[in-house]
Amino acid sequence: MAFPQPRPQAPQLPQHLLRTIDCQQGAVRAVRFNADGNYLLSCGSDKSLKLWSVSRGTLLKTYSGHGYEVLDADGSYDNSQLCSCSSDKTVILWDVGTGQVTRKLRGHAGKVNCVQFNEEATVILSGSIDGTVRCWDTRSRRFEPIQVLDEARDSISSVKVAQHELLTGSVDGRVRRYDLRMGQLHVDFISSPITCVCFSQDGQCTLSSSLDSTVRLLDKSTGEMLGEYTGHKMKGYKLDCCLSSKDTHVLSCSEDGHVYCWDLVEGSLSLKLPVGKAVVQSLSFHPTETCLLTAMEGRVQVWGTEPEETEEDTMDLK
Amino acid sequence: MASDSDSEEDFVTYGIPLEPLEEDEPLKKPIPLHEQTVKDEKGRYKRFHGAFTGGFSAGYFNTVGSKEGWAPSTFVSSRQQKADQHHARPEDFMDEEDFSEHGIAPREITTSQEFSSSRRDAAREKARAINAQTALIPGDTLLEDLIAPARSSIGVELLRRMGWKEGQGVGPRVKRKARRQQTDEVRLYGCALPPAGSEDSEDDDDDFAPENVTFAPKDVTPVDFSPRLGVQGLGYRGLDPGLALLGQGAPEHIDLFKPQSETRSRLFGDTQRSSRRGGVAGQAFGVGALEDDDDDDVYHRDSMSRYDSVLGGEEPGDGLYGWTAPQQYTKKRDKNKDASYLGKILEGFTLAQKPAEEKTIFPPPVLPRDYRPVHRFNPAVSVSHLSGVSPALAEALRTSRGHMVKEEPQQGGRHQLDSGQRRALLGEDALQGPSSVMELLRPEDRERLLNLRNSSNPPSTKTPTIESCNAPRLAGSSAGSSAGSSAGSSAGSLALSAAASSGLQQQQHEALVSWRGVQTSSQTFRPFENNPSKQARYEFYLSRLKQGDKDALDQSLDQGMTEWERSREREEFVRASILYRPTSSSLSSRFTRAKHQEDDDNVAVNRDQEGDVDDKQAAVKMKMFGKLTRETFEWHPDKLLCKRFNVPDPYPGSGMIGLPKVKRDKFSVFNFLTVTESRETTAPPKPPETGKKSRWDVSDQKEEKKKNKPLSEQTEAKLEQTSVPALPAPTNHQAPGDRTETKSAEEQSSDKKKEGDDEEEEEEEESRPPMDLFKAIFANSSDEKSSSSEGESEDEEEEKDTKEDEGKMDPQVPNLFNISSNITSTSSVTSSSGTSSSTTTKSNQQTEAVVLSQTSTQEEFGPKLPPPSGALIRGGATSLCSPSEEEKPSKKSKEKKHKNKKQHKHKKDKKKKKHKKHKHKAKQQKKNKKEASDSSSEDSDEDSDGEDTEVSTEELLKRLKSIRSHQTW
Repeated sequence: MAFPQPRPQAPQLPQHLLRTIDCQQGAVRAVRFNADGNYLLSCGSDKSLKLWSVSRGTLLKTYSGHGYEVLDADGSYDNSQLCSCSSDKTVILWDVGTGQVTRKLRGHAGKVNCVQFNEEATVILSGSIDGTVRCWDTRSRRFEPIQVLDEARDSISSVKVAQHELLTGSVDGRVRRYDLRMGQLHVDFISSPITCVCFSQDGQCTLSSSLDSTVRLLDKSTGEMLGEYTGHKMKGYKLDCCLSSKDTHVLSCSEDGHVYCWDLVEGSLSLKLPVGKAVVQSLSFHPTETCLLTAMEGRVQVWGTEPEETEEDTMDLK
Repeated sequence: MASDSDSEEDFVTYGIPLEPLEEDEPLKKPIPLHEQTVKDEKGRYKRFHGAFTGGFSAGYFNTVGSKEGWAPSTFVSSRQQKADQHHARPEDFMDEEDFSEHGIAPREITTSQEFSSSRRDAAREKARAINAQTALIPGDTLLEDLIAPARSSIGVELLRRMGWKEGQGVGPRVKRKARRQQTDEVRLYGCALPPAGSEDSEDDDDDFAPENVTFAPKDVTPVDFSPRLGVQGLGYRGLDPGLALLGQGAPEHIDLFKPQSETRSRLFGDTQRSSRRGGVAGQAFGVGALEDDDDDDVYHRDSMSRYDSVLGGEEPGDGLYGWTAPQQYTKKRDKNKDASYLGKILEGFTLAQKPAEEKTIFPPPVLPRDYRPVHRFNPAVSVSHLSGVSPALAEALRTSRGHMVKEEPQQGGRHQLDSGQRRALLGEDALQGPSSVMELLRPEDRERLLNLRNSSNPPSTKTPTIESCNAPRLAGSSAGSSAGSSAGSSAGSLALSAAASSGLQQQQHEALVSWRGVQTSSQTFRPFENNPSKQARYEFYLSRLKQGDKDALDQSLDQGMTEWERSREREEFVRASILYRPTSSSLSSRFTRAKHQEDDDNVAVNRDQEGDVDDKQAAVKMKMFGKLTRETFEWHPDKLLCKRFNVPDPYPGSGMIGLPKVKRDKFSVFNFLTVTESRETTAPPKPPETGKKSRWDVSDQKEEKKKNKPLSEQTEAKLEQTSVPALPAPTNHQAPGDRTETKSAEEQSSDKKKEGDDEEEEEEEESRPPMDLFKAIFANSSDEKSSSSEGESEDEEEEKDTKEDEGKMDPQVPNLFNISSNITSTSSVTSSSGTSSSTTTKSNQQTEAVVLSQTSTQEEFGPKLPPPSGALIRGGATSLCSPSEEEKPSKKSKEKKHKNKKQHKHKKDKKKKKHKKHKHKAKQQKKNKKEASDSSSEDSDEDSDGEDTEVSTEELLKRLKSIRSHQTW
């Protein structure tokens, strides 16, 4: 018995500004959704990490303990823990509820650019300017990393985890994919310094943005290029890129104050979202819904498909 | 008391008699309460804690611990060792005293459930069911039936084995007549007799029963002896719901002697049930004392219909007020029986004459079998996501989605893996001990078996016969089929090639398959490094292979060579090409480590940083992502990391982490040198250096570096150079290929050598790769093996290994053996003139011991030092001699020697086979060691030999001679 296919909907883009959060923590270096997309983390340059409610825009908790600006953060799948990395060369594992430092992981020789939990939050992966990715065990009390991936020849700019695969982007212009199950390392040469790498939601492709103002979609298994997205400006800053929750669009920050949104298949620019005048530092796409976070200077903006007013209207009607 | 003494013997006394009372003794005072003590069985005082705190002292002196203190059990569970579910029983929390005779839960011997005949005993069940009819809650066995275990007791099992079937009685089979009598007997004792009806039905069958057919005896319903638990009097029966619901309650006398006659008849399937009226059976409602209608039978069966169940006014018509459903009444109006329960019919209404038309209710449509009542919300959800979730969840998702997702091929359940795979996944070691039946056999038997097996093999692998061994070694070395042919004769070699061709063809094809389409730039190991021209030919052969040329072999061989040489070379090339086949395609994991070490790090460092970056850059510019920009390396994740990611370790047993590394000098000049020169393969070799060089005094000459570097670096260097002529090892004093020199050298060492010898010697030497290769490859395996000390089992293991590794190691292994076989062969040559064959064996042992010492020292020095015997055996021609053939005759002729020697022979035979199967080096060495250590017949100077690392050939020969003379004498 075949079920009727759901009516195909035109893919919607987060083009309406729902709210702006003034984080008041200096420049926001990174903004991240938590695992279910209800909360967001903002990494401030004033050494603090803040947890916000996305729907209300209220500050829930401030996590302070870093010695220098916080560069990246991630939340565990069960929302019980946070990890953040900082220019103070440390990675900190936080307890969400109490806001206490569960563990402070030292070992990197330079500032830590990116941090990521694995799926079960048993391992923290942190990539640093020292060219290493360190795998920290959250289960044991060991202070040494489980393994140090020192294959990169230059700074690690981005780390992503999907199931049993680690994806790292490095300034040496290579995207490395460590397949734990197969015990293999795949290196894709991109030439230009990588600023951000992503897995697609289906796990078959990797997205990498590089400083030649290009975002490339590569086939994970063969390394062939499936798509190339240009138009934005990414020349000197480490800016983020991401895929939409349904893998329909590719999004990237730009130094011209816009977020560029391309159709994944066609490669055509479908949306050029004006965020502000400054550089869009970071962005994060909601894990399931069409909702986008952008960080510019000291503000975090939440973008949705429909303007906020309609929601409020319906509320009023009720 | 005195009078009692007479009859004392007649009584049996129990217990301890009271002490006889003495008249004048004052009465004993009872011990006051505070002085009464209680001791446990160990004599310790027990403290009374009070009833609510556990009575007497518990645990260890009123603590919960033990003598060692209280240790809480820790919950330990890992992926590899799941914590077994612990079912806590009440007994776990009880003290020992509680189990004693007077404890709260005394232990007694009971029939275990397995042997108890509780369930499945149909007869007893029936009896119980019958009895249950009269119980307080009738039919309460239902519940027990529902939760009855699904297994039968051992007695039932046994009976079934003996041919008993359920429903039959137990006992010898009887004829029909006899059986009837038996049942009659049964009828005699017991109130539990079946009604006559069932018997009657059988009577009819009797007529048809043939004379010679026997039947199983009829089943007997035993008397149910379950005690009466209720407080009701005898003959009491509870309400019979069956009757009540059927409305069949009937006034009936209770027959005390047949109390269950009705239910019984039902149980026995009696169909002749009398039509009874409805009602409630039983005497739950007794007769009040004040009731005056004494006519009614007290033990009357009551009927529910006799009671008024409706409160209401009187019925106008019939005047039967409050009398709702009397039996007579229902009889009268049998058609509208229901109306009796309606009570009063409203005025103006009459009961319908015709029943209302029944509405036809159509059944709902039948659902298809694979229908799942789950709505699929998002069919676009990718299936590949499922691979990451837990298997149970994935399974649930799959099924709930209503269609099966394509199974991942890898996700076989753990039961689909064999033990070896599971062991590999878990990272366990292989079990020690005999792994094959062969190991349990006596050596003699095993040898016989092997001989038998070999004789049935194709001729190319046939064990040499005695004649072939007596024949010149040249012919005997390769195949027994050429026995009797003269040495070096073309006829012999032709025969040989013909014999070997069948196996060779196959191998050629394999080599072709593995090499075809390989990128031309890929570098390979150079097995014939010591012989540049041969290496050149080999490389040519490889290049032809890569192009997919089928007769690559024939084209690459030197036409100037003799047929014999060519056939030898052909075989070598094929084997070498198979062994060093490109990529990691077929080498087992044990080999990949060592092999990948070389290319991987090389690639990772060199390519990434130097040459290929340009290519990649170009590719990126052309947007040709894919093969050009993609590189894949072997990468070893940490074991713990795998555990944390919930994936099996891809390289179980590998101690390495990260990218495989090569051991090399980090600051060596050559790591930073790029090679630009590429010489012709046929370029004449440089005059070899004679002096040994340490790896540190490297000059800018690449050749030196090559010689002195470990093998991994050599290959690495080779990767850089496309074709550099192979050079002889530094200690080799003769230029390879120089035959006359070789000969002279050999003549120096062994004057008794035959002409053909030099050829094979030379071949053996030149085809032997440096020692480090073996070290690198087999270091681990030898370590593993060293744990087992039994000679026989080891032999067996080795044999097994060869079988496993055959094909992969084939071309290499002969080389391994040549190290020892060189000397063995020379020794056998020297002793061949002697009459006593035992001398030969002796000398073989001796030489092997010597070889052992040489090889062992070799390992310490690394590749820089080839064995001292290298000079002795370096020759110029190509032939392969396996020493096994030479040793064979001695073994045959020596069968009457004492046992010890026999043992050695067996070992040798094993080794011969190994030679045949191309055993690898490490084991060989060990074998040698073993022989050197455990052979009792060895001479005393053997030990000194083992320590003597530098044995000159002259001395070796001298010793050999002395041994021989010692033996013959």
